[in-house]
Amino acid sequence: MTSAAAYQYRKLKSNVMMGVTVAATVVTLVPLFLVLGYLLYKGASSLNLDFFIHLPKPVGQSGGGMGNAILGTMQIVGIACLLGVPIGVGAGLYLAEHRGTALANAVRFAADVMMGVPSIVVGIFAYAVIVRPMGGFSALAGAFALAVIMVPLVTRTTEEMILLVPHELREASLALGIPRWRTSVSVIVRSALAGIATGVILAIARVAGETAPLLFTAFGNRYWSTSLRQPAATLTVQVYTYAISPFHDWQRQAWAGALVLTGLVLALELGVRWVTGGAAKAAR
Amino acid sequence: MNKLDTGPTARGAQVRAERPQSHTQAEKPGVSEIAEAVEHEMPVAREMRERFHARPVADRTFVAVTMTLAVVILILVFGMALALISQSRASLAAFGWHFVVSTEWDPVNDQYGALPFIYGTFLSSALALIIAVPLSLGVALCLSEMAPVWLSRRLGFLVELLAAIPSVVYGLWAVFVLGPWLRDVVEPPLSRFFGFIPLFSGTGASVSMFTAGVILAIMIVPFISSVCTEVFRVVPQTQREAALALGATRWEMVRIAVLPYGLSGIVGAIILGLGRALGETIAVAMVIGNRPEISASLFKPSSTLASVIANEFTEATSDLYISALVELGLVLLVFGLILNVVARLLVMGATQRQRA
Repeated sequence: MTSAAAYQYRKLKSNVMMGVTVAATVVTLVPLFLVLGYLLYKGASSLNLDFFIHLPKPVGQSGGGMGNAILGTMQIVGIACLLGVPIGVGAGLYLAEHRGTALANAVRFAADVMMGVPSIVVGIFAYAVIVRPMGGFSALAGAFALAVIMVPLVTRTTEEMILLVPHELREASLALGIPRWRTSVSVIVRSALAGIATGVILAIARVAGETAPLLFTAFGNRYWSTSLRQPAATLTVQVYTYAISPFHDWQRQAWAGALVLTGLVLALELGVRWVTGGAAKAAR
Repeated sequence: MNKLDTGPTARGAQVRAERPQSHTQAEKPGVSEIAEAVEHEMPVAREMRERFHARPVADRTFVAVTMTLAVVILILVFGMALALISQSRASLAAFGWHFVVSTEWDPVNDQYGALPFIYGTFLSSALALIIAVPLSLGVALCLSEMAPVWLSRRLGFLVELLAAIPSVVYGLWAVFVLGPWLRDVVEPPLSRFFGFIPLFSGTGASVSMFTAGVILAIMIVPFISSVCTEVFRVVPQTQREAALALGATRWEMVRIAVLPYGLSGIVGAIILGLGRALGETIAVAMVIGNRPEISASLFKPSSTLASVIANEFTEATSDLYISALVELGLVLLVFGLILNVVARLLVMGATQRQRA
């Protein structure tokens, strides 16, 4: 082989391989468009006002909706936030302000470990510490499980965001004689607030789509749940139940539920990115 | 992890290191004599010094509060391990180590063994990795080496959207679209031409190990590729330029400069993806068919640790049954923890080496 031919061969090989990477990207993105396309195609036709405000109908009757499940998801995610966000932000603040201490290192490691725990295991944990002692499935147990999933996400984002605040800001505040706690709350957290809020919203988007930890905590409910101590329907569990059911009308509603769920999650993700311009990325 | 990490940290450490020194210096005769002289002349100076050194109650309370919240995380992690161990006591006592090697899963006779699920978990994850790793590397190389910045950002955003779709939605799509398509289009030729290999024997079914592996692959590609992209982006530009200056083509540059440099990060990313695949529950539970059997063929229904917990937990009647399911969770937790720790160490090593 002449050197010119060898060069041609190397160049061709390079182009082929680089073409392969482009092909891989295309192949990866095909399912995204297929999933979104099917959601719109199959889900949109089942969406109407009834779907949002009515209870599910018994098998055999068509119509009805997932009103209770939509409300249930909002309720459970809301309570999960009330439980998880203060812990996450507080712990993240501690990690950022006490870097290098043994406790901070241990907590950071524990948070990373928690992020890797499969969500179904978190569900078992919530079952063991809430459902068993309380004697039954409840919205509260579901919220607890989601809060446990949120905590490490919020903690690590908060820490990262606080570390981005220039140290000079803290020094300036302390030099003005402002107490440390006030500096932390009004200067440091305040400056990092946009980033922390982004992290919280991304964590909300993540847990709103969780099904596994809710199966045996919030369980499901065919009716409106009137108390947090009762089982509650959620959008994800409802979609799961309907999708694996043999009834055509339920399957149709599963697509509609999935469309609403995906719309909700993507709206949170896209909204956050659009507002912050992608400046703050959640810690992974 | 961000580049700016090290700045404030280093400075924080410096400040901390200096603070005690100033105390000890104050003990030295010269300085303390001056201080005493000043305070003698200006009584207000003593008050200022004392006020400065005494940390007000509010500060101590604030630190105590944030410390408590941080400790809550430790409690949660230990609590989780303890809760799983205590809830699976009955099963641990009844089966011991036999639990992880027994293939019998028979709720009717209260006999429980985890091996079919461990096998199912690892086979489905391995299948997912075999499909996802080449795709992820391709995506990561395309985003970091090929695409111009404006395109790379948009493509990266789309890939991340894949990670945002809830797993129950993937499951729904796999049940009604992907499963039947694999059964009708992909599995027949595979079993016709490679049927002599046990993995591809038998006729296709829309709920099978194969469908589970493919949907898992789709779900973990964004995780592996985003870590790999990050790893490739921190490969120093000088490495690439050196390769190009020696006359390498673009692919040769990737092979001799980019890939070896990011190797430990790539391995970490793969392990992280494996951790995701092991723990993924709902999408798998919807398409794998849920049969506690060890079958060589990919086209047969199977079951994983996570999917059997999701399917049977609320139907479990006896205490030993529930306990055995919790022990499956414990096995899953242990696998997950080991993988995650290893992966994080590898990724951390790969992305921080350049920043030091």
